[in-house]
Amino acid sequence: MSKTSNINRVDGFAKVTGSATYSAEYKTPGITYACLVGSTIAKGTIKSIDTKKAEWAPGVLAVITHLNVDKPAGYEQPKKRENLGQPLQIFKDNTVRYYDQPIALVIADTFERMQYAASLIKAEYLKEEHSTELEKVKDKGKLPGGERAKDYNRGILDGYKNAEVVLEEEYTIPTEVHNPMELANIIAKWDGNKPILYTKSQGVEGTRKSVGNVFGIPAEDVEVHSEYLGGAFGMGLHTWPYEIAALIGSKKIGKPVKLVLHREQMFTNVGFRPYTIQKMGLGATKDGKLTGLTHEALAMTSNYEDFTEATVNMSRFMYDCANVSTKYRIAELDTCTPIWMRGPGEATGSFALESAIDELAHKLDLDPIEFRKRNHAEKDLEQNKPWSSKYLLECYEGGMERIGWKNRKNKPGSVREGEWLVGYGMGTGTFGSFRNPTTVKAKFLANGSLVLQCSVNDMGPGTATMMTAIGAEITGIPTENVIIEMGRSGLPKGPTQGGSATTSSVGSAVHDTCNLLVSKTLGLATENETFKNIPITDLSFANGAISSKKDTKKSVSLVSLLNNNKLEELSVENESKGSEEAKKYSIYSFSVHFVKVLVNPNLGKIRIAHVVSCADIGTVINQKTSAGQMYGGAVGGIGMGLMESLEIDHRFGRAINNNFADYHVPVNADIEKQEVFFVNKKDPISNPMGTKGLGETALVGMAPAIANAVFNATGKRVRDLPITLDKILEPSVAKA
Amino acid sequence: MAAKRTIRNKAIEEESGSSRRDFIKKSGLLTALALAPPSLVMASENKWDEKIAEYLETVPLSLEVNGVKHTLNIEPRTTLLDLLREQLLLTGTKKGCDHGQCGACTVHVNGTRILSCLSLASMQQNAQVTTIEGLSQGKKLHPMQEAFIKNDGFQCGYCTPGQIMSGIACIKEGHANSREEIREYMSGNICRCGAYHNIVDAITEVKEGGKAL
Repeated sequence: MSKTSNINRVDGFAKVTGSATYSAEYKTPGITYACLVGSTIAKGTIKSIDTKKAEWAPGVLAVITHLNVDKPAGYEQPKKRENLGQPLQIFKDNTVRYYDQPIALVIADTFERMQYAASLIKAEYLKEEHSTELEKVKDKGKLPGGERAKDYNRGILDGYKNAEVVLEEEYTIPTEVHNPMELANIIAKWDGNKPILYTKSQGVEGTRKSVGNVFGIPAEDVEVHSEYLGGAFGMGLHTWPYEIAALIGSKKIGKPVKLVLHREQMFTNVGFRPYTIQKMGLGATKDGKLTGLTHEALAMTSNYEDFTEATVNMSRFMYDCANVSTKYRIAELDTCTPIWMRGPGEATGSFALESAIDELAHKLDLDPIEFRKRNHAEKDLEQNKPWSSKYLLECYEGGMERIGWKNRKNKPGSVREGEWLVGYGMGTGTFGSFRNPTTVKAKFLANGSLVLQCSVNDMGPGTATMMTAIGAEITGIPTENVIIEMGRSGLPKGPTQGGSATTSSVGSAVHDTCNLLVSKTLGLATENETFKNIPITDLSFANGAISSKKDTKKSVSLVSLLNNNKLEELSVENESKGSEEAKKYSIYSFSVHFVKVLVNPNLGKIRIAHVVSCADIGTVINQKTSAGQMYGGAVGGIGMGLMESLEIDHRFGRAINNNFADYHVPVNADIEKQEVFFVNKKDPISNPMGTKGLGETALVGMAPAIANAVFNATGKRVRDLPITLDKILEPSVAKA
Repeated sequence: MAAKRTIRNKAIEEESGSSRRDFIKKSGLLTALALAPPSLVMASENKWDEKIAEYLETVPLSLEVNGVKHTLNIEPRTTLLDLLREQLLLTGTKKGCDHGQCGACTVHVNGTRILSCLSLASMQQNAQVTTIEGLSQGKKLHPMQEAFIKNDGFQCGYCTPGQIMSGIACIKEGHANSREEIREYMSGNICRCGAYHNIVDAITEVKEGGKAL
């Protein structure tokens, strides 16, 4: 274990004292308050909109609708449909595309006056028939653009049908909403023609581009601050209408505008995990060899943007199987566009795949882990490449031991603890390990501290802590003397925080840049009198000082080196990216969630009594923050498995449970015993630290683990999430 | 230390130049004034409109926040949460739902945890309010804050002030005698990052540490 492998979060002090500043909290002189008024139909046009009362209400500075908006220059461009192009062109015309679509922006001098004025706006509509139910447009799926969405086939098409033992089932996940605790929010202002945003974005550079496109200005002219995010889970991966509306409003009134969505609007206006219907076909020999696997998915998108995710993709490589076919289709509904939610695609896909694997194991009367081991993929058959590293079997072993798998019986309903039926289940997860080009500036200051700069931000996993740990490891500067500057434009360009790529991308850049900084420092030291005639290769840098390897008495501190050279700082800025060598390998993280559930057969109540979450994520940079992510991923999976579902009243196309009282998420009482196990073995290929991704795979596989455990407890197989007690109490389970 | 503020933070108001003269023009109640143009001009110049608006729209409020006395004139419909965040600029207390469903806005009023989004500020006459900013003394953290850092009881940090305020109250109420009890009495504070395991660790550690809270 290195010195930095268990450090506390470096932003912990700011977070526990309330001094961490989230977007809407920047103290901004002249701030005004805005909110969005939403449509009350799901499809049609606005016939008339009465804003007079609102305009005349006390303190109101502006009311903006499609009738009086100064349209951003980018609205002239034809909007491209494919894959999350320009966001919804808010206020462009009188078209209503989904329920609660913003139709007016109200700005006032105080929060209370703004809220009141917004309540005075009334609109009349010409309604059109809307479509919000995926089950009713099953035949309208279309093949989306993009390489990864294409149909895939290996071996015989639908080869599973020829197998000795065949399983065909359908699985459904409902719409799930990210709902980070921090509401989507922005402070928008302008410096001449240059917009300045304090906003909830997972990618500073992405937001700059997107806002630049809307207003027809270069991305470089867009200033974005997003240092602290109160969670996002994918919700901050798109630029949303509320951000554009605040910018339009600020430009109109010439003052900074603060806009914080209501919790209700978080369910309707900033994306969600899409409702998805999946069909699985699995075939195996009687002795448990998988011979065919077909995975088809139909997911919803909006009527104005295409959204895709890798729902069926893990089925292509997860198991050793000769005949694999996948199909992915999307169908348009009259809703806001979905957006990747933690473990996107894979979390959805794994529910179908890992449930089906469990079902087939049961049909074969095999232990589900034994069945998986018999079909363990020794290489990536999709890409026909070796794994960079794969310690999935170690995850199985680690989890079986900790959960007490030996107490599991293959026959459902055969273990009891008092009145409770006991069930054990597990689900495997995976997620690609990506590395994106990242620039980091590292500098030593004359006081001996290390500053690391990058525009990447941190929605919670602990990016700054990871950067500090790696910087401190490479340079030997104590962690308390490492200063991180991040989360805003103007800093060296970092990646979007998403796809579990931050440590691999930014960590590697910190690693490489700090090494270059140490070399530069040693180079400067060779000019020092103390090290006359000593080659750079005989110098080392440790504990804040440069020393001769051969004569350690010859030593100069970093502080005096900089002072002697009259330097305030010594810096290196460097872009770091993945190697060509890495392209020869298939680089994935793997996770396995083990769950022990207790089910009350009379009440249908399900308790998650014990969770063991295991992962092969390469090197663990920080045990503490990594464990935190793993705990959190499992909790997210409990929400997905047992609670979360956005219910739509299809008569109106309107969300019914758009609040935390009606849309249930896991609370403290739902989480009993949790454990985390990391294999913690370095990946030799992925990046200099040997890490793979964690944040996404931490959730993938949890929902099926719960479904499988519930089946093991009750004999009741639930194929449509969430697993609520009414589904347990259906007659077939009563005498399990 | 005492601070006197009017309806909004003064520094912000002066900069904003947001005008209450609109109020004169728009308020039906004061239409009479508009019938006398010279009066209107004078009213504008002397900021009478501001004063009238303040008299008509606001109620006086005295309260103590983190040991600092505030004498304010506030709109009656202002919640304690919005008063703290938008007027006193104490943004450590968070808004997560505005409906009392998430716990992010938990503060202590006269030693009891409450949801500040569900409390009108005008109901807190002479109350003693403690927010997350009032727990530490400079760099010296409250034991619960220290325990949250040590046990990694958060990720994004947004629910954290509410969790910490609730955690302290949970112990003081005598509801931290087991992990089960802590989980139950901390269930009004949602953590979407899912740090519950570590939050319970932190509260358990503080409870067992036995320090005065």
